[in-house]
Amino acid sequence: MKDRKSTVLRVLQYIRKYRMFVIFSLLLAAVTVGLTLYVPILVGDAVDLLLGVGKVDFEQIFKIMFEIGIVMLVTALAQWVMNTCNNHIAYHVVKDIREDAFANLERLSFIFLDGHSYGDIVSRIVADVDTFADGLLMGFTQLFTGVLTIAGTLIFMLVTNVPIALVVVCITPLSFFVAKFIAGKTFHMFKEQSQTRGEQTALIDEAIGNQKLVKMFSQEEKLTQKFTEINGRLEECSLKAIFFSSITNPATRFVNSLVYAGVGIFGALVAIKGGISVGRLSCFLSYANQYTKPFNEISGVITELQNALVCASRIFELIDETPQVPDDEKARVLRQAKGEVSLDQVYFSYLPEQKLIQNFNLAVKPGQRIAIVGPTGCGKTTVINLLMRFYDVNSGQINVDGTDIRKITRGSLRTGYGMVLQETWLKSGTIRENICMGRPDASEEEMIQASKAAHAHSFIKRLPKGYDTVIGEDGGSLSQGQKQLLCIARVMLCLPPMLILDEATSSIDTRTEQKIQKAFATMMEGRTSFIVAHRLSTIREADVILVMKDGNIIEQGSHESLLAKNGFYTELYKSQFSG
Amino acid sequence: MKLLLKYLKDYKKESVLAPLFKLLEAFFELLVPLVMASIIDRGIGNGDMGYVGKMGLCLITLGLVGLTASITAQFFAAKAAVGFAAKVRKALFEHIQGLDFTSIDKAGTSTLITRMTSDINQVQSGVNMVLRLFLRSPIVVFGSMIMAFTIDVKSALIFVAAIPMLAIVVFGIMLWTMPLYKKVQSHLDAVLGITRENLTGVRVIRAFHKEEDEEERFKEAASVLAVSQTFVGKISAVMNPVTYIIVNGAILALIYVGALQVNVGNLSQGEVVAIINYMSQILVELVKLANLIITITKALACADRVADVFGIQNETRKPAGRECEFPDAYFSVEHVSLTYDGAGAESLSDIDFTVEKGQTIGIIGGTGSGKTSLIHLISGVYPATAGGIYLEGKNIDGMDGNALKERIGMVPQKAVLFKGTVRSNLLWGNENATEDDLWQALELAQAKEIVESKQGGLDAVVEQNGRNYSGGQRQRLTIARALVRKPEILILDDSASALDYATDAKLRKALQKLEGKTTVFIVSQRASSIRHADKIVVLEDGEMACVGTHEELLAGCSVYQEIYYSQYPEERPMEDAR
Repeated sequence: MKDRKSTVLRVLQYIRKYRMFVIFSLLLAAVTVGLTLYVPILVGDAVDLLLGVGKVDFEQIFKIMFEIGIVMLVTALAQWVMNTCNNHIAYHVVKDIREDAFANLERLSFIFLDGHSYGDIVSRIVADVDTFADGLLMGFTQLFTGVLTIAGTLIFMLVTNVPIALVVVCITPLSFFVAKFIAGKTFHMFKEQSQTRGEQTALIDEAIGNQKLVKMFSQEEKLTQKFTEINGRLEECSLKAIFFSSITNPATRFVNSLVYAGVGIFGALVAIKGGISVGRLSCFLSYANQYTKPFNEISGVITELQNALVCASRIFELIDETPQVPDDEKARVLRQAKGEVSLDQVYFSYLPEQKLIQNFNLAVKPGQRIAIVGPTGCGKTTVINLLMRFYDVNSGQINVDGTDIRKITRGSLRTGYGMVLQETWLKSGTIRENICMGRPDASEEEMIQASKAAHAHSFIKRLPKGYDTVIGEDGGSLSQGQKQLLCIARVMLCLPPMLILDEATSSIDTRTEQKIQKAFATMMEGRTSFIVAHRLSTIREADVILVMKDGNIIEQGSHESLLAKNGFYTELYKSQFSG
Repeated sequence: MKLLLKYLKDYKKESVLAPLFKLLEAFFELLVPLVMASIIDRGIGNGDMGYVGKMGLCLITLGLVGLTASITAQFFAAKAAVGFAAKVRKALFEHIQGLDFTSIDKAGTSTLITRMTSDINQVQSGVNMVLRLFLRSPIVVFGSMIMAFTIDVKSALIFVAAIPMLAIVVFGIMLWTMPLYKKVQSHLDAVLGITRENLTGVRVIRAFHKEEDEEERFKEAASVLAVSQTFVGKISAVMNPVTYIIVNGAILALIYVGALQVNVGNLSQGEVVAIINYMSQILVELVKLANLIITITKALACADRVADVFGIQNETRKPAGRECEFPDAYFSVEHVSLTYDGAGAESLSDIDFTVEKGQTIGIIGGTGSGKTSLIHLISGVYPATAGGIYLEGKNIDGMDGNALKERIGMVPQKAVLFKGTVRSNLLWGNENATEDDLWQALELAQAKEIVESKQGGLDAVVEQNGRNYSGGQRQRLTIARALVRKPEILILDDSASALDYATDAKLRKALQKLEGKTTVFIVSQRASSIRHADKIVVLEDGEMACVGTHEELLAGCSVYQEIYYSQYPEERPMEDAR
């Protein structure tokens, strides 16, 4: 409850920026509602003038008609301007929230990013914000006018005739309760439906996503059987959910017709006694219709708003998530690093209860080549996380050119490294944009030269539009090997003083790899490089080899000295030839 | 949509009854203003309280009857829509399962999944809404007009003028905004795209220190979205005020005509009230109709997308009636080429080699050299576009699908497990495998320790896609899955890539000890994985560069030499090294 309150307050803060629009919109809403309610009165007055043959006062009627015409036009205009205002507020508030969320996203720590599913974060920024926009808009357009309409009608009715008004007041809440009752009863049916639906989607995802496999093992029939079973259950619970929830409308409509009948009967009785004119009664009747409508709408809006608030709180969670420690104010900008890297008594683990890197010491002279090896899942990427300062060490320190990296701006530290990761990642856009990511001002020649060095030029040339070929999200139609070549070209263009190569060549065939290695060799010349690879041949020439196992560095030294040790490295090395 | 309608056939009764009951409800609703009119004219006019009471009861009865009719209609509509959707879903699932790979590749997996799920759901709610409302709104609109005619022809003519105007406004705005809404959707897609990209590429973006640029890019996309949303909003916001003006204008006209008619004695006061009531009902109905039309257009678009999938048909193809050149060979690949559908060039051309029972065949080559394509052909997944592949002298293209598949154990490149248990996954290989069979396969695949370490052993839970297992673990389990089948032919498509060298070596040793005469195809980029094969097929750019044993190839195949020495540089002969 308290959470909800704070969420509402947050939303209001965002709206504050548009408060002039809000005030204007509220004013217009009041005008619209007032005038909308005034029209039936005028119509009723006109009807009252239709007394009978030859007794119609045309002059008076024309006057009323003129009045109705003016009121109608003003109402319509007010309504349009109000809606436009509401749109403006809702969509801009949403834009502001999205931008804040995204801005924080760019600053979030990797502890958060690695610990959350990307799908969830994306759905917060996209789907949740969208639902929130819908709710906000609906709230603005319907909640306020709804409440005003109810209040206005009530006042008008009470002013005109108290007893008939009381009849309306007593019956209408019924529709509210009916709707609420049905919604409560159908809640678990909908829940069951969405659960079953999720189950089915998972099966479809599996079966169709891996269809080749399914066919290879002739599992089509078995899966179809399973599908049919879930489908049957889904049909059953969907029917229940849809049918029972669809009773709401007829039921509330029935309550409306009760109100209508109530006003009709009671009003007629009053009219017979002369308590109300026929025109006023007809006005009452149209109120009876209008009065119940907002009740139904409001119950819908309230669910919608609750939903919107839940969504809003999910976005605020993201906005409030503590970002990484900001750069130190006195942090220095690393320029033209020499590439001297040292790790001094470094301790690090992702989880406090699970010890990983302990007392890790390493001194790398400029231009040295460090290879990191070990079996799958031994924590090689952890070292990269620390070097790039994606994560901060728990204790000890890492220095570049003798400065603790926590005293260097993140941006300059990271651009000091050229990185090719295991997971190739390309942004959607042209090949050119991707290669020039690190240096947007690079000239055509420089770009082509870098591509040639990465052996990417020849395949890029063969693409339909060469360097201006647009590639889809995550590389689109390019093969894994081609994507990797592009990632290498991207680094080739920047040639930073330090390099991190994380299994960069694992999905490129050995021949291409060899060519790349030659290119790498030139690139690594005079550059400090850290290389992670399964292939022992690629790291044999390293100055220092770090052997990792279970997250810890267990051996350290040159190829020969490690072989002489006859330890874990030797075992790893030998297994390559034991066939 | 037409294509899908046949699935509604079984719900003919429901699909007719639902609108029929809706019609009844609308009819009763239309009677209400008439009853009200007589209450005013006869009840109030004559001061007849009894009549008012009677007619009042009549109003309540009409409401009750309407309620019953409406609930009945809702039931039939829900039943027809849900049943229809279930039928379509099942048919679609079966249809997709029956498609061959060429067709699936063409369609794309992810779109097939959305069509099976969200699109069909949209169609379901579309059908439901149509049955419930589509008849109701026109009936109320036109019914109101007809009722007006029964009261007074001159007043009714105002309806005749107002209704087309309303229709033009409602449909006009709808047609105008529809493409704009689509645009909004695509702007939203852009926002989604940038967000996704910034998550999947977070390390690279931060490594290149591009956070601020990305923020700018996002801001721009968010602004474009907001502007386009506001613009469409402005246009749709016109709908309500304009319809309001038209309806109220019509009411003004009705008052005027009514005044004239009452003055002459053609109409009573109550009748004028009734006619005005009918006009107001139209306004309420129009708002509903507008919402409905959006749902229907969406549903129609989705129905088209679903129908498109049904439209995908496997190409009927005559297997090549090619003579087998080596009828005595166990397995022969003879001058085979493969061109994927829609691809410009051949992915494989003129591959030709034979295999004896029990042999191990290595397939090696660079990225894009056609290794996986060759595996696709050997396992019968894709048919060869030229040449022929023969198992014991019979063309596998003409073989019954399952007859071939049952003899092959396949370990695909991407190690995927299905939701269930370890056991349920292993049983894919052979449904009748015993407990011992399973453990034996696990041991061979070096996966025994994985299962033993998991709680529940063979019954340990496997999440969707096997995501609760590491890549290496999954790979070993998929190997076990293929071994459970005790296949005659075992295909390992780069199946050791996620394994470290030590495990890879152990696995290869174990495979060599396989009982019976299992023929093994190993695809790899590592020379160490295939160097002991009886025959090594070297592929380059879709062509067979050479074929032979390790020693033969090392002596006379330059492509193989290059691959091998790039992995074992110290074995390179001295004169070559320079």
